Amino acid sequence: MNTRLRRTLPFAGLVFAGIAAPFLFPDYTFQFTVLWVMILFALTWDILGGQMGYNSLGNIAFFGVGMYICAVVQIGLYYDVAQYTASYGAVKVEFTADQYFTGLAVGLIAAGLGAMVFSVILGWVVFGLRGPYFAIGTLGVALSAGELTGAWDYVGGGGGIALPIYPGEPDDRSLFFYVLSFTLTIILFFLLRWIYLGRFGLAANAIRDDEEKAEGMGIHTMRYKTVGWAIAAFFLGISGALFGNMIGFIEPLEVAFPTVTFGLFMVVMCLLGGRGTLWGPVIGATLFHTFKEVTWIYLLGWQWVALGALIVVSVVFFQQGIVGWVKEKWPEKFGIAVDDRALAETDPDLDEAPSQRLRRQTEAAQ
Amino acid sequence: MSAMIECEGVSKAFGGVIANNEITLEVPEGRITGLIGPNGSGKTTLFNSIVGYHPIDAGSIKFEGREISDLRVQQIARLGLLRTFQQTRIYSKMNCVDNMLISVPHRTQTYRAMFSKYPPEVTERAEDLLEFVGLYEKRFLISGNLSFGQQKLLEFAMALMNEPKLLLLDEPTAGINPTLINGLIDRLRRATSELGVTLFVIEHNMPVIMGLADNIYCLANGRLLAHGPPEKIQNDQRVINAYLGAHYYLDSD
Repeated sequence: MNTRLRRTLPFAGLVFAGIAAPFLFPDYTFQFTVLWVMILFALTWDILGGQMGYNSLGNIAFFGVGMYICAVVQIGLYYDVAQYTASYGAVKVEFTADQYFTGLAVGLIAAGLGAMVFSVILGWVVFGLRGPYFAIGTLGVALSAGELTGAWDYVGGGGGIALPIYPGEPDDRSLFFYVLSFTLTIILFFLLRWIYLGRFGLAANAIRDDEEKAEGMGIHTMRYKTVGWAIAAFFLGISGALFGNMIGFIEPLEVAFPTVTFGLFMVVMCLLGGRGTLWGPVIGATLFHTFKEVTWIYLLGWQWVALGALIVVSVVFFQQGIVGWVKEKWPEKFGIAVDDRALAETDPDLDEAPSQRLRRQTEAAQ
Repeated sequence: MSAMIECEGVSKAFGGVIANNEITLEVPEGRITGLIGPNGSGKTTLFNSIVGYHPIDAGSIKFEGREISDLRVQQIARLGLLRTFQQTRIYSKMNCVDNMLISVPHRTQTYRAMFSKYPPEVTERAEDLLEFVGLYEKRFLISGNLSFGQQKLLEFAMALMNEPKLLLLDEPTAGINPTLINGLIDRLRRATSELGVTLFVIEHNMPVIMGLADNIYCLANGRLLAHGPPEKIQNDQRVINAYLGAHYYLDSD
């Protein structure tokens, strides 16, 4: 098998699995949808947390912000939002199919863009913090976002909002949200693959390894951090909007800003799979979600204990994560090796050749 | 021959400690200038002041005739004024080639360029520079696993990758074995003669700096003590006293 094929195979496999899953196991479509959202969580968290070393505990805020923006847009396009939320779903409001899909489309885009704007403003404030201060600062933002939303009557306060009902069969509905979640996550995955291979990926890693050095070398560190976070927020915002519509009813603490569940899961999934790698979050999220669902069924009552044990084991014995461990075990598979061929070919006139070429390049550049 | 850096009465105090006291010096273009002085004499503080790491209390610092004492680190770096660190600093979890690639100049970087890939000539230049410092065979190794001396060479190569006009080197030969030192000195000279990089070098190894620099400044207790070509500095009684202590000289006399 040639290398090109071997390299594309995992990516093709991921896309194929995503397309085949709801047809092979139609009963689990909802579970698969949540799985893709989980993968998206892990991938977005890893942009800053893994690649740049900025451990945010508040990324879930973008999820909630997107969810609420989408809801307000969906309703606000056709009704008065304050009136709608004040009735707490007691007044049955019918949305036509046309209204539903238009509202959702506009809402999803608004959710992505709104969360992105929020992240840029927030980044401007919190990127001055480093290490644990950044983690706690962002955690505070997520917690207070939930509380503030709960106190805001316009969006239903703690009572939440009942979202427009999908105009169609329940099976179609779950497939509809599956397709959207899958597409969104795959787009994010390939986008990240592309930017990690280029200058963005290297700059992010440079910031992770030594931010002061990166500044000293003239790298636009603030710009990279802001853009990285904005990408995460954009996708998290849209995923929040999708998730809210899939659940059908949103409220601040458990659904929109679940800081201690989803907000921490995204960190754990990255640590489990291997932070700072492209595949780590995907593998970590898949394992974590599977483990969680299995324990929730077969170990009911002990499920949180089992989950806690998984987290402890992965953090204590497996700090570099699965992909990180594989990389450490077989570095040469990842091209981390002395170039034997070059060593053998070293010509005695070592210094002359490259320096002449360098001089030529320097003269050409001037 | 024009001055690349002009420091005029630069002072910097940390609380009660006056690290730099009205230092005035010039770094001429296309040359190697040395900066020596006993430990704690304010050499690194002066470097930090020049690259904008901390604000100065008084005086002015000009780079190519432009006042830079009020600019921030990144802005100064983008002007083409770079420094290396006494405690070597590289991106330790990345391989050598990646360390080099991310060190390209960021002077005119647009938002679009953030997402671009590196053209082959940039990769080629990175590999040539790695070969220049003798790290080509190890280019795919994680840089943090290299020996200290190799990390220093890598840091030097990264600085060259940035195509600086002026490079401040903080003790480039500290911790490097004697055989490698000769190779490094050769590379430093060629960086100036072939790549046109002006160097300003802090160094404790006297034979090295005397052989390398065209012009040497000596600091002691935060003040400029002496200045001149190596032969003059070597025989300057004040410099000898500052380094060895006046009593030492008197005892042996």
